[in-house]
Amino acid sequence: MKSIHRKFIKLSRRLIQDNNRRQRIRNALKGYEAKRGSTIERFQNWEAARQVAAQIKWEAINHLDEFLPQFVDNATKNGMKIHWADNSYQAQSIILDIAQKNQAKTVVKSKSMTTEEISLNSALKKKNYTVIETDLGELIVQLKNEPPYHLVFPSMHLSKEEIGEIFAMHFDVGLTHDPETLTQIAREQLRLKFLQADIGITGVNFAVAETGAICITENEGNARLVATCPRIHIAVMGIEKIIPRMQDLALFLPMLATSGSGQHLTAYNSLYFGPRKTHEQDGPEELHLIILDNQRTTLLARPHQRELLHCIRCGACLNICPVFQNAGGHAYAAPYQGPIGSVIMPYLRGIHSWKHLAKASTLCGACTEICPVKINLHHHLLDLREQAYRLKRNLLENSLFKLYTLYALNQSRFRPILRLFYYLQNLHKFIAGKPFDPFRRWCLRRELPRLRRHSFRSFWRRQRKNLPRLMLK
Amino acid sequence: MIKATVFIPCFVDLFYPEVGVRTVQILERLGHQVDFREEAVCCGQPPFNSGLHEEARKIATRTLRALERSSVIIVPSASCAAMLKIFMPRLFEGYPEYDLAVEIRDNVYEISDYLVNHLGVVDLGARLKGRAVFHDGCHGLRELGLKRPPRELLRKVKELELVEASDAEMCCGFGGTFAVRFPELSTCMAEAKCATARDLEVDFIISCDSSCLMHLQSSLRYHRSSITTLHLVEVLASR
Repeated sequence: MKSIHRKFIKLSRRLIQDNNRRQRIRNALKGYEAKRGSTIERFQNWEAARQVAAQIKWEAINHLDEFLPQFVDNATKNGMKIHWADNSYQAQSIILDIAQKNQAKTVVKSKSMTTEEISLNSALKKKNYTVIETDLGELIVQLKNEPPYHLVFPSMHLSKEEIGEIFAMHFDVGLTHDPETLTQIAREQLRLKFLQADIGITGVNFAVAETGAICITENEGNARLVATCPRIHIAVMGIEKIIPRMQDLALFLPMLATSGSGQHLTAYNSLYFGPRKTHEQDGPEELHLIILDNQRTTLLARPHQRELLHCIRCGACLNICPVFQNAGGHAYAAPYQGPIGSVIMPYLRGIHSWKHLAKASTLCGACTEICPVKINLHHHLLDLREQAYRLKRNLLENSLFKLYTLYALNQSRFRPILRLFYYLQNLHKFIAGKPFDPFRRWCLRRELPRLRRHSFRSFWRRQRKNLPRLMLK
Repeated sequence: MIKATVFIPCFVDLFYPEVGVRTVQILERLGHQVDFREEAVCCGQPPFNSGLHEEARKIATRTLRALERSSVIIVPSASCAAMLKIFMPRLFEGYPEYDLAVEIRDNVYEISDYLVNHLGVVDLGARLKGRAVFHDGCHGLRELGLKRPPRELLRKVKELELVEASDAEMCCGFGGTFAVRFPELSTCMAEAKCATARDLEVDFIISCDSSCLMHLQSSLRYHRSSITTLHLVEVLASR
């Protein structure tokens, strides 16, 4: 599937031409960085916190065989109905089954990347269910019929003017660009939907093994309504969301908020233990939890890649990534964008179609530096490049590197060729940027570096004694 | 007298020989006996980063053998120093050269690291008139943790005003083959860095990596900018 690769190139090129949008995204992310910086200062020791978080995730993932059954046991006791799904298709069918049994018509959703991963919305729509996203950002991209741009800020690429137009087109409201009015419009539109809906679908941020509770964090309160108003609540989570103990939340909740959005704590942090109990007045009658594998056990089986399951989906690596900042989230064509998307998509969906993402990085390591659970993201990218190379070799790249290796092993033989290039480069300006220019792709808004008449080697060899004087020419 | 070997990476050799020469000069001024091993051409990073580990091992083996007999190896390129210190042992995991790679790792110093952390020298009596920003090369910053040493050295340069750019730690967009594979993204990143430097009205962009500078310089030249790129050693050797 070369198409995902082409899409990356095409979309990243288009975004680069859109200076306004790029600037807006940069400014937004700069603001986030400043906020995150000041929130981190409130931690007594951020580095120590990262270390502990990484250790807890290590414990959870490396003992998933104990914690997952413990969680399921406790959750079942709490009254949750547990379903296991090997892949997207199974997860979709389980949800469709529940919907059908309950003669549901309308589904409200709160933001969930796992449901993006299993393409739930399109599966539901195909069976004629009305699906409404209730997270403001998610609602906006849904109306625009676009995938989320960023796994935490789904509509960060749109300006308030664009959002005003989308609302005016879809709702019976006048054109406005005022953020507060726009939020009010969304609120009014959504309130009734919460009450009408038969099913509410949410994701899961953390699943606590010790108590069998699921934790959902959000800023708008919509997830609470999704999880409590409709008769049926369905939650979808990957197996990696397990944390061992309740007390671990005391670290992970502020860490997720700080890394994700620069907040001290997300506005709403809810724990759901199960459906409404007999003596309780509200809440759903049924709570179904779908536990999704979708190749995660493949990762679990690979000791070197296992730590990719530590990810808590905070989005910090996207925010800091210079490639994401310039290429934009849609270029990844994946539910998980940015560095984390680049390292997990090849394992979740096949390295053949997704290996280009590992190369779309400068390996700058900013993602690794920022990751709250210390995933060595850019080293995983290096790993993937090696795997990709063993899988399929690009003929041109292969020959160029072979040639380079020959040079590195025996550079003195290449001296005449380099001398020839030294003279030829003066002619390059006549063909620069032309279709037959071999350096055309480099020369897009850049000049070629110039080979020097004398290399350091030749200076050393011939003029060792006069070295400093010669260089002062 | 300290005996030191300079390791001059492939692109410095061909495109920026003066960086090699200045490195030698600085070390000699500090009383070192400087040696250069011609067989050490490249650290193997270009094929390594592209996933061609077999080719990388061929190149790196030759370099390791050439550097074997030296207890102090100075590299005027943070990126190549990181390759030698961090990635080389990884590359040779399970291969006979592993022990050698580990042994050499501890003898390799990026030049600013060597001067400041090893020798404790910060003032080299250099003089350069103008305003400058320092660009942290990603490998120097994140693999080697060298945020402070180059800045300490630059602050002692007479008549040089060092200003801090808000995006000093941001990647310049070179990334080896990334610059060739994704030219649009790569130039965008360089242009953003150059724009910050221009807004700060600096005369120089200084870095410990000729590869980053090569990329920034390519962009500056294309846009007919008056900003000059300089390797740290060029600044330190200037009088």
